[in-house]
Amino acid sequence: MDPPMDFQVVVLAGGTSDKLSPLVSKELPKALLPVANKPLLSYPLELLEASNLKNIIVVVEGDEAATQVESWLSVAYMDRLNVEVVKTPGDVGTVGAIRAVAPFLISTDILIVSGDLVSDISPGAIAATHRRHGAAVTALFCPAPVSGGADSSTSGGKDKAKKPSRCNIVGLDPTRQFLLHVVSGAKVEKDIHIQKRIVRAVGQMEIRSDFMDAHVYAFKRTVLLDVLEKENLYSIKQDVLPYLVRTQLRSEISAKKENSADESSNGATKELPSEDININSAVPSNQNLRWLSQHREIAPSSYQDIHISDCDKNKSRLAKKTHKCCIYLSGKTQYCARLNSVQAFGDINRDMLGEASRITGYTFSAQNNVVHPTVVQGAKTTAGGQCIIAEGTILGDKCSVKRSVIGRHCRIGSNVKIVNSIVMNHITIEDNCTIQGSVISSNVQIQERASLKDCQVSAGYVITAGSEYKSEPLTKR
Amino acid sequence: MDLRRPNRPVIGPKVRQVGFVTPDSAAATSSSSIPAVSAAAAASAGSPPSSLSPVMIPPPRHPSTEMSNPHFHPVGSYNPSEQILGSPPALSPSRSSRFDADGSDFGGDDDESVALSGVGGGMTPKSSLLMCQPVTKTAPLVSETRKRDSNASKGKGEGPSAAPKEKLTKAERRATQEAQRAAKAAAKEAAAAGGAPSVSKQPKPATKPATQQKKDIPSGSGPLQPLAPSGSIEKKQGKKEVAAPHPRMQFDDMTKVGKLKKRAVVNQSEARNRVELFRHLPQYEHGTQLPDLESKFFQLDLIHPSVYQVGLQFLSDKISGGNARCIAMLLAFKEVIQDYTTPPEKTLTRDLGAKVGSCVSFLIECRPLSVSMGNAIRFLKNRISSLPHNLSDKEAKSRLQSDIDRFINEKIIIASKAIVEHGVSKIRDGDVLLTYGSPSVVESIFAYAHGIKKNFRVVVVDSRPKHEGQGLLRRLVERGIHCTYTHLNAVSYVMHEVTRVFLGASSVLSNGTVYSRVGTACVAMVAHAFRVPVLVCCEAYKFHERVQLDSICSNELGDPDAISKVSGRKDLNYLDGWAQNENIQLLNLKYDATPSDYVSVLVTEQGMLPPTSVPVIIREYGIERLWT
Repeated sequence: MDPPMDFQVVVLAGGTSDKLSPLVSKELPKALLPVANKPLLSYPLELLEASNLKNIIVVVEGDEAATQVESWLSVAYMDRLNVEVVKTPGDVGTVGAIRAVAPFLISTDILIVSGDLVSDISPGAIAATHRRHGAAVTALFCPAPVSGGADSSTSGGKDKAKKPSRCNIVGLDPTRQFLLHVVSGAKVEKDIHIQKRIVRAVGQMEIRSDFMDAHVYAFKRTVLLDVLEKENLYSIKQDVLPYLVRTQLRSEISAKKENSADESSNGATKELPSEDININSAVPSNQNLRWLSQHREIAPSSYQDIHISDCDKNKSRLAKKTHKCCIYLSGKTQYCARLNSVQAFGDINRDMLGEASRITGYTFSAQNNVVHPTVVQGAKTTAGGQCIIAEGTILGDKCSVKRSVIGRHCRIGSNVKIVNSIVMNHITIEDNCTIQGSVISSNVQIQERASLKDCQVSAGYVITAGSEYKSEPLTKR
Repeated sequence: MDLRRPNRPVIGPKVRQVGFVTPDSAAATSSSSIPAVSAAAAASAGSPPSSLSPVMIPPPRHPSTEMSNPHFHPVGSYNPSEQILGSPPALSPSRSSRFDADGSDFGGDDDESVALSGVGGGMTPKSSLLMCQPVTKTAPLVSETRKRDSNASKGKGEGPSAAPKEKLTKAERRATQEAQRAAKAAAKEAAAAGGAPSVSKQPKPATKPATQQKKDIPSGSGPLQPLAPSGSIEKKQGKKEVAAPHPRMQFDDMTKVGKLKKRAVVNQSEARNRVELFRHLPQYEHGTQLPDLESKFFQLDLIHPSVYQVGLQFLSDKISGGNARCIAMLLAFKEVIQDYTTPPEKTLTRDLGAKVGSCVSFLIECRPLSVSMGNAIRFLKNRISSLPHNLSDKEAKSRLQSDIDRFINEKIIIASKAIVEHGVSKIRDGDVLLTYGSPSVVESIFAYAHGIKKNFRVVVVDSRPKHEGQGLLRRLVERGIHCTYTHLNAVSYVMHEVTRVFLGASSVLSNGTVYSRVGTACVAMVAHAFRVPVLVCCEAYKFHERVQLDSICSNELGDPDAISKVSGRKDLNYLDGWAQNENIQLLNLKYDATPSDYVSVLVTEQGMLPPTSVPVIIREYGIERLWT
């Protein structure tokens, strides 16, 4: 079956990330981490399914994780999607993951989607932008979430120091269609080095640091495969994209492939019949014609064409070794987030309950919450707004649940307060506990009168009666 | 405007009503001034009335139109019918004086112009309709017959419409009647009296208006059509549409627009305040279309990816220009054919034709087709349907693909080379050449002329909002050509020093009207007033047999925001939020029609022709005749 619109989709589901350490374990890979009671991987998959993309390659790190993901996929998406799971050894990076699936890639363009993307931006829009510009790579950037805002004050003051590492420095052309400069997170230095020739070609560059790389890329397959041949690449975001952006005006990739075609078209005999007006000249090759029809394009930013002619004047026939790096900026109304830290996990869960509830697919009741009909509630128990309580959960008397997610088959005693927390599946909470701003993994037992504030509890942990914890990760030893 | 060439024979100014003419005032002025002008015209049909100064603006109607139609018809913008009848013979002396070195090129000029005047005489009634009927394949025939007639009646000059009136075809007669009735309705409105128009002449559509009226009432009473008095005229048009179905979609017909919307792939939310006269053209809310279409990228399985890509590029104006769009479309179709496999129990000729048709309708939704693209599509469909049935799929596909290649090569690339050869012969040392916009062929001519060491200077005239001329300017300057850059506003000043005007064209219609980027007509008129020859460079595949006398009935509307916003001037914000104001209507036209008598010569691959020879080219070298 042909891929639709000549696009193939690769979802990088990752393995057991260190960044999410107490929550993710060998038993629970990152892809299956429940976000609003749905596995994380279901968000990108459903996004793709909504765009009619049914053939998806999922790359998972590590054997155990791959088996788990595969078994979940075969149950959940058996007759809906045609998903192929490819496993890679751990710690090969995103580039390694792409290398692993390279033999499967056949279509003209490849869409690479991160498995931890929670968004409602249509992947079609990115693909269409990519096609429209004929770009080598198109990346999705979205306005970076304003962390440290009103919501996160309750979720603890940790990670504040690490925050600057998440920011990217992005250079855009005046029309915000082309990516001229990118330095991502970890590689940001004190000084920014910008290539003169790119600025000269564009005239003006806008430098922003409030955009976030959403890790959705559309690549031309030939470009991607050429880049993969290079050594020393680990991550798409930190290595491949900056490399392509850096070399966009002296591309070795397109030069290699299209050199032969360019030589003849660079003579510009098509447009300027200066040397020979030979009526019997052969039919021009496809490449030349396409060039002919598009080189006069009056795009909002035709800077590359202008640059080409600059080159023509100075160094003869060096032109056309360029590729375009485009950017798709998401709108303010669209939701886009990546689940790549514990704090992001909390933030996304809260967003799923609040502003971005449309993504979850749940229908919220009049009280603005989702309570499964099988939930048993005791007397005087209140489930406030922005709550999700999944099936089989039993709540005792006088409980109060606010702005929280409670998973399946939990047993919660009486007089328990759960605020702003995420409680996963099969958890026992005994009487008179207070849980605030915490994440509690599956199979945790919390004995009576315990009090948790801003904690992350790993799976299977037992919290003894009457204990109090504040702002610490609790891991089973 | 003082002319700097006083020694040249001064021809009477081409006087026309430019802009939107209200029926009453025009009727009044024309009736008052007609006797004098008609007397002058009758006395000297060929010789120019030398006493008139170029700044005078009398609105003369040609006597023949007045005689055939006693009432004035409401005509949109300038009405060139009278010039077509009277002026081409008068023009020729000036042309030969300018092109004295190449007089032989215009040997057939007189004959051709007579032929065209015949066509014009036949078409005159049509010109008075707001919607111009495309005269399909009959046009060359008509010109043939008229040629003889008007040769005979050339001496009479003023009365060619009386003789050919008997020989009108049925469609033409109907058109005349429609025109007369429309004129009567206009006159009736002017007098504000409810006199019964004599509809008895045409009993057939008498039953139709009732149904049509029903449809019109809700649309007329809605907020979209605030101009109530025009209702009766619109009703007449609606009736005419029922009587003779119009091939072109009229976007002021609410029911048809509704039907179209159901089929549409591209989100087409109609812009709210559109200019009254251009309601029949599609105008959508720009800005919402592209994101919407992009987000549906993967949902549209039926459309081939390359066609989709080209459509997106059309929609975002990434590819513009007649040749570029045509080549891009044909290359996309080539890929469609490459990936095509005939479904079982279907034949390739039929199914592939339908598939190409669906691609075309998608492209139309993205942006209306240009005439050149229409011709190319017609050629391709013709080739598909004429394939022999016993061919295998593979053979048929390769044959079609090589046909497309040949079309691109012969009709576009080699044609433009030939045009360059012809055009360069008109450039002499010391010339100052003016061009408008960024026509690709003209650019090649300049570049080639510079390459063969001709010594000339170029004036690039540009206009808002697209500023296409800047790209041309940059490319020319990089070649080392001395250039002047100015905007359309200053064209009357800069025309003093210009010796030749080179223009491009989107299409040339069979009455010689040049359909081109908006502003071209203005440049051509100013050049004509200054006696500067106007050379229009156009490949013959862009010729079309349609006759069009104004730029209203078929045109394209651009994004109104493009003209309301001035880039780099954020302080000019008087028009912010104009879409909410009912009283503002912005008009961003994309094309205009230059009447043939402002065009000195058409440069095509068949040679340099007077604009009156277009029907001959269409007949002899038309798209249909390509390798059939």
